[in-house]
Parts: sequence; C-alpha cells; structure tokens
Amino acid sequence: MPTAADYADKIPNNVGLQEDLRLQRALESWQPNFLNWWDSMGPALPARDVYLRTAVNVGREGWAQFGHVAMRDYRWGIFLAERDPGRVIGFGEHKGEPAWTKVPGEYRSELRRLLVVQGDTEPASVEQQRNLGATAPSLYDLRNLFQVNVEEGRHLWAMVYLLHAYFGREGREEADDLLRRNSGSAESPRILGAFNEETPDWLSFFMFTYFTDRDGKYQLGTLKESAFDPLSRTCEFMLKEEAHHMMVGTTGVDRIVERTAALMVEHDTDDAGPYGAIPLFVIQKYLNFHYSVSLDLFGGETSTNVANYYTAGLKGRWMEDRRADDHKLTDDGIWVDALVDGELAQTEVPALTGLNSDLRREYIADCQGGVSRWNKILAQAGLPQRLKLPHVAFNRKVGAFAGIEATPDGALLPAGEWERRQGEWLPTDVDKTHVRSLMRPVRERGKIAAWIAPPRHGINGRPFDFEYVHLA
Amino acid sequence: MGDDGERVSFQTCPEQYRHWRLRVDGEVATLAMDVAEDGGLRAGYELKLNSYDLGVDIELHDAVQRLRFEHPAVRTVVLTSAKDKVFCAGANIKMLASSPHSWKVNFCKFTNETRNGIEDASEHGGQAYLAALNGPASGGGYELALACDYLMLVDDRSSMVSLPELPLLGVLPGTGGLTRVTDKRHVRKDLADYFSTKSEGVGGARAAAWKLVDEVVPRSKWDEAVAARAAELAAGSARPADATGVKLTPLCKERTDDAISYRYVRAELDHDRRAAAITVRGPDREPPAGPEGIDADFWPLAMTRELDDLILDLRTNETGLGIWTLRTQGDLALVLAYDKLLLEYRENWLVKEVLLYAKRTLKRLDVTSRSLIALIEPGSCFAGLLLELALAADRSFQLDGVFTGTGHVAGPAAITVTGLNTGLLPMGNGLSRLATRFFGDKKALDLVIGQVGTALTARAAAGLGLVTFTPDALDWDEEVRIAIEERASFSPDALTGMEANYRFAGPETMETKIFGRLTAWQNWIFNRPNAVGPDGALRKYGTGQRADFDRNRV
Repeated sequence: MPTAADYADKIPNNVGLQEDLRLQRALESWQPNFLNWWDSMGPALPARDVYLRTAVNVGREGWAQFGHVAMRDYRWGIFLAERDPGRVIGFGEHKGEPAWTKVPGEYRSELRRLLVVQGDTEPASVEQQRNLGATAPSLYDLRNLFQVNVEEGRHLWAMVYLLHAYFGREGREEADDLLRRNSGSAESPRILGAFNEETPDWLSFFMFTYFTDRDGKYQLGTLKESAFDPLSRTCEFMLKEEAHHMMVGTTGVDRIVERTAALMVEHDTDDAGPYGAIPLFVIQKYLNFHYSVSLDLFGGETSTNVANYYTAGLKGRWMEDRRADDHKLTDDGIWVDALVDGELAQTEVPALTGLNSDLRREYIADCQGGVSRWNKILAQAGLPQRLKLPHVAFNRKVGAFAGIEATPDGALLPAGEWERRQGEWLPTDVDKTHVRSLMRPVRERGKIAAWIAPPRHGINGRPFDFEYVHLA
Repeated sequence: MGDDGERVSFQTCPEQYRHWRLRVDGEVATLAMDVAEDGGLRAGYELKLNSYDLGVDIELHDAVQRLRFEHPAVRTVVLTSAKDKVFCAGANIKMLASSPHSWKVNFCKFTNETRNGIEDASEHGGQAYLAALNGPASGGGYELALACDYLMLVDDRSSMVSLPELPLLGVLPGTGGLTRVTDKRHVRKDLADYFSTKSEGVGGARAAAWKLVDEVVPRSKWDEAVAARAAELAAGSARPADATGVKLTPLCKERTDDAISYRYVRAELDHDRRAAAITVRGPDREPPAGPEGIDADFWPLAMTRELDDLILDLRTNETGLGIWTLRTQGDLALVLAYDKLLLEYRENWLVKEVLLYAKRTLKRLDVTSRSLIALIEPGSCFAGLLLELALAADRSFQLDGVFTGTGHVAGPAAITVTGLNTGLLPMGNGLSRLATRFFGDKKALDLVIGQVGTALTARAAAGLGLVTFTPDALDWDEEVRIAIEERASFSPDALTGMEANYRFAGPETMETKIFGRLTAWQNWIFNRPNAVGPDGALRKYGTGQRADFDRNRV
C-alpha cells in the first residue's frame, strides 16, 4: 500500500487524496483493474515511451508538462477546476441556492446514471482506437493518438473519482463495471451504440475526434453547469483536454484535405484516389457518416429525462450563464424538428422537454466551423469543390427522423431508393477498402504517409522530425 | 396532526377521564361510555349521542391498558353506556367531515389498534369483554361491540345494531366492522351485505338469528342477565385472584419542538431532513430475581410504555417526519438478562402482560406509515426484545467493524437472536418477524434460529439475511445520509403503500385485512369526490341535501 506521500506523486491530484482514506481505499482496489484493462484493451502497438503531456496540477504551468513516459506509467491524475466557494446554482428549481458540495440523496440515482453514461464513453474510445497504432502515418500522429488515449483514460479516472468519492458502495460497483463493459463486446457492450463501432482507419479517427468527441464536449459543457459542484469542476477541467482532442481531429482532416487538394491540382483531376490520396468525395462520405451518427448521440428531440435533469439542477444548457431567460423555462417553448404530415418540419414543445434539441443546435453550429476551415483549404488551392454538413434528417437512427430516409440535401426518399443510393453518400465497401489500403505505417522520424500532409507545427515547439515515440 | 398548533397527548388516567366511567367490582369491571358533548379534542363539533373522537378513544385505550396491569383480579369487562337512550353512535361525523385526510387515517388506525387491544386482552390476557348494548349501537359503536367476546342487545323494539356508513355517508365502517361481521361472527355474506346497506340496522330476535349479536334481552331482565353473563365469562379466566397489580405511574416525558425524551427512549426531530432519530436505551440495572420484583420501573415495561407513547406522539403530531431511524444503546448482556427472565416466567400473568404489551407496541410500529431504518452501531444492544425493532424496520444498516477516532471505544456492533424472537412477539399476520422476513424460506429461518444466543457482527448478520447493508466506518455516514435523503424525497403516499405491502408477507388474518384491505379501500374512498367532494355524501350529511354521485364505477 502506498504511503501518503506516494499518493501525490503517483496520482497527481487536487482533491486531498492524501487525507481521504475512503477514496484511497477505493482507488487502491480499482487501480490494478484499470491497469489490467489498459494492458488488455488499451493501445495494442507496443511503445517504449511516448512524448506526452501530463497534468500535474490545474494551474497554467501544471496542466501541460511534457516528457517521454511509458504509457503504463502515465500519471493518471485527478483534477477539478478550482473551487469557487460562492458558486450558486444557475438554473432549475434550485436556482440561486448554494451549489452542492455533496450529492443530495434525492438525486443520487440520477447523478450516478449521468456519471456512468459519461464515464462509459471515455474508456470506450480507447478500446475503439486500440488497433490504430499499427497504421499511424507518422510518429507525430502516433503520439497524438496515444495522447488522446491517455487523456481519455484520465477522464475515466475523473468519473471514477466522482463515483468513489460521492456514491459509496454503489459508486464503487459502477466504477468496476466501467472496466467490465467493452466496446463491441457481445456480452457486455458499451452503453451508447456509437461507442461500440471500431475505428478502423485514420480518416475515421480524425472524423471521430472532430465530430464525436465534440458531442462529448457539449455533454461535458452541460454537466459543467451542474449544481453538484464536484461534477461541475471536474467537467470544466476535462473540457480543456477535450479541446485538444478536437484539435487533433480538425488538423488531421485539414492535412488530408490539403494533400488531396494538392494532388487534384497537380493532376488536374476530381479523383485523387489513383494518386495515393483519399478522394474528396470519400472524405465527404466519411463526414456524412460521422456527423449523422454523432447527431444521434444527442438523443430524441424531446426528452422528459433531460427536462427533469434540468429542473433538478443536474444538467444545464450549453453556456447557461449567457442565456437571457429565467433559467427555469417552465413557461417557455422551443421549436424542434419533427415529421409533420410526412414532411420534414418543426413543431413547438415546452422548452424543458426540448433541451436535447437546444444542445444539438449548438453542436451543429460548432461543427460548421471545421467545414468552413476545410473549404478554405480547397479555395486556397484554387479548387471549386466544397465539403458540407448533410441535412439534419440524413441517416438518422434516433429522434424524429429515425423512421424516414433523406438525401444530404434534405429531400425525402422512399426506402427502396435509399437502399439503392445510400452508397452515393455513405462510405461503401469499395471506399473503405481504398482508405484501408492507404493505411500503411510510417515509423521513421520525419517521414509521413503519402495520403496526408505533414503538420505545420510539432508538439510543444518540437519539430516534426522529433522522435515523439520510441517503439518497443 | 398538530395543524392547528396544539399537540395531542396520549397520556391520561381514570381520575382525568371525561368520557368514561370505570368501576371495578371484584372480578367484573364496568366500563361505561358517557361522552361529554362539549369535550371534543378540537373545536367545531359536539359529541352527541356518545359519538366519539380521538380524545374519547385515548381514554378507552388507557382504561383497557390499566385494567390489564392494575387489576389482575378483573376477569370480565362489561362495556356499556351510561346514557339512557344510546350505546354509542360511532365516530363523530362532523369531526370526520371537517378533518384533513391524514387525521382521519391516523384516527382510524388508533381506534383499530385499541379494538385489537381489546381482543388481545380477551384472547391472551384472560379478560373477557362483554358488550352490553343498552341502546342503539351504530357504526363505530357497533364496531366497538364487535371487538368484544359476547354481544348482548337490549330488546326494546328500538335498539338496533347498524353499520350505516355506506348508505348514509358514502364511506365504509372504518374500524373492522366489515371484517369482523364475517370473519369473527360468521354472519353470512348476503345477510352482511343487506345489513350494511340498511341504515337503520337490525335489532331484536333477527339480530341474534343473523349472529350480529349473541343474545337479545328484554329491559326488565337486562341487569340480571348482564351480571349472569359477566360471571360466566369470568369463570373461564386463568387470571390470579390474589395478585397485586402494577400501577401505571405517569411517564417522565419532556417534549419540545425538536426532541421527545423519556427515561429510556429519546427522539431527535429533524424537521429539515424530515426524519426522527429514535434511540432506545437498554436497561440500566440488573433484572429482578423473579416476577414479584416487577413494578412500573421494570425496564421492559417502562421502555415499552415510552416507546408506545412516542410512536403515538410522532404519528399524530409529526406527520412531516416521514423517516424514523431506530437505534439502541446499552449493555447487550443486560438486555439478554431481561430476555432470560421474560422467557423463563412467560406463563406468569404479569410477565405475560409485559410481553403482550411489547407485542402490541411492536405491531403499532408495523402499521406505522413511516419509513423505518434501523442503524446498528457499536454500543448498541439489538438483542431479543430490542432486535424486534431492527426486524420491524424496512431496511437496516449494521456497521462492519468499529468507528475510529476519539470518543469511539465500543467494539463492533453485534445483534443477538433469542427465544423471544421466534414466536412470542408475533406480527398482525400471526407470524414472528423472523418467520415473516424469511417467509417461504424455511432453510434460511432455521439457520437463523440455529444462531440463537450468538452475538452476530455485521458480516455474520448479513450472511444470515438479518441486516440489509453493512458499510464500514469509512462509508457509514455517507451511506446513511444518502439513504435517508433519498427516502425523504420519494412520494410519501407511494412509500406508505409499498411499506405496508412488504411488511406483511404471508398469511392474512383479521388484523392484516383490517390494516390492509379495509384501510386501503377506506382511504381511497376518503379521497374520492363521492365522499369528500363538495357534493359528496360525507359533506352533505346533516345538511338536508342529497349527495350527488359520479355514477361511474371504476
């Protein structure tokens, strides 16, 4: 058993772990299971060490310390943003009351459920990405993959911390279960469907970190508003790391588009496929897929659960404090997507039950930013082609449009036509095979695969040809 | 209820009775109802025609208790009326119509318990009850008579027994009438059906023929017949002729808004968390050598009286405290010493009365509409008699290990099953709390009984299924806090319903029917517009207007 001094060193934290016997005991029994999980379900490619960013405290200096570390010895820390002792609840029926420092018994089950669903996604993405190391286009990209992986691992720690510290015996059991469920497992799959799909190639990885991790950002953003202060502070700190994951996605797609555009110009063609790149229309299909399944993660247009969470103060809106309303929403309405007389339309519902739609709208606006950025690259290359987000009704399995099919432009399609034509808009086996054929590893420092451009900058001021990863 | 400020006290004594006259004459006592019209517990109604409210019933309960403890020689109690023209008109209708729902329910519960207590006195205590109905007995008046062993009705062409609740008030008889007419008196169901819709009731020979009463007697022979029947009933009793009773001295009780304390029992009232923290202390001295040393200070008796009063106080005056935590504190060995005495002398009339009283008090706990959570901590003494508290609880927590830190010196909490837990303190369903807990699982029950006398720490107790959760010191406070807060957040009505279902596994008895079937239907009816709406029967009664019913059956 580690001594008190060990705790600060082995598990960097700002939650008083050294003094908290209950938490120490819980983490001590959980940590070996976590390491077993990391060994069996974490990155499959053996690496001696990786140039990683480690958070050792929440300050400006401390949250990003760089150095080569063996991933297994990564110091998964527990960090909450600094506490504001005067914080008051910003919404719902408890608005204006002091934020909760303990879990109110009344909301124990709901809060635990929220934490478990959020916590379940963190290790899931590590599992989904575990085989990607084998085909990394450069050491730089390999390092970014591993950075994302260890930070998702740390986010798991953050959720486990909350379960251990605030939910007693049931919390400990849930924390154990987070390691027992596995992505894609037939016996005990991850809770959310999208987290049971393998990430088969790097285009998928970048699209996932851009679109699906962005869903995570918005979910964390709503939990950051929570009346339960430890959850709020945990999510605030996690958001900082989540932003970097999305940057990996944004710049990854940047570099693919850049490379494809260069080859299109060089060979004066619409299809850069034969020249060793990913064709622009395939990029668009991947975008269509990842965007539409990520929209599903926000749930149905209306939800009484989410309404209850809001009223109880458990989960707020994105940027709750910037909303100019009463923050209770008992008398307000909201227009949400709906199928009206078989047509794509909107219908008005009570604002509380429409909160999923509110959050999805914020997300959609944010997603547009990346698309504009990629289109700028195309424009700079002098190309007329553009990428675009598909219509919200396209390829949806959850919500008002789950039962219908629509083109990326939002035109309704009969089922038979959808079956015939979906290959025009979603990756086909041919597309996937082509992308996979490009996925050959490049492990020489300073070198990069031909289907992607090198990054403009290295990590932490290091050059691109820095030895970011020492392979075993 | 305490809605209008004034708390109800359940403590009284014959010198203070306003509504009853108690006369003891050798082996026969006469308890005559003589309700003071202006003696209502609350303003706004007059207790005409020997109708009663809670205050009248509190005195009845006191009299029944004292007859058992203070009058060992009494073998028959004649329950009659001191008024000329009426035996008893039942619960006061104006009182019922003007009371909030919770008051009505609590009132019915207490009156039911008192009537069950009368049956307990005759069935187990050797005191037979003779209902001498010297005038009409309607509604609750007839139900009171039904609790007696033998019913005599004066045959004067005008005195009837009746259950007019349904035809006149649109509600049900609330104190066991429907159950006892068939299950106890074996009145045929079609006759019972007719009887219960006939507001004027049934009298004379027909009442006897239908078994609604045992005997009808003309006025001229009334006193003589009553005396003769009383003497006959007394002959069958095993109560001692020469024993000295125990005077039930006034309880030492301190009552504030935030605490109720007695010598052995204390409750802290946390109105913010909607919880009452009840602690029962074990004995503070060795037990006497035998039954002759028993007086009102005898720990099992004194503790039971205090607990009984506390339950009644909290139930009536603190409806907002929906959670009761139950702790004990004291020397486990001393509790076991008292247990041994109670077991050894259980055939002694006084020891028997103490055990029967403990049984009735624990039954009160069983039918209490509060969530009961037992907290078994170091320094506690949940053994035998006191273990019943933990077994009565909806859930229990037993600390695994000890509390650390200054001030914590007690060793691990242990519970002990004794011979008292295996049948001497049955619940309303006729089974011990252990047999109810392990209903249908004889193997589990036998394993527990095999551990009689063993001090069981948390893991052993949990292994046997005697406790629910066993957090250790690190988890204890948080687990308990969260359990209480969560419980306090649920719908009180749904909790009451769930608890009442789970507490009474196993067979039905008259008691479980009364507290389950009858009470649930009655409470439903009490909430329906057909009874309590502006045009409902209960509200229209006495106005000269007819009730306007929603005619749809549900």
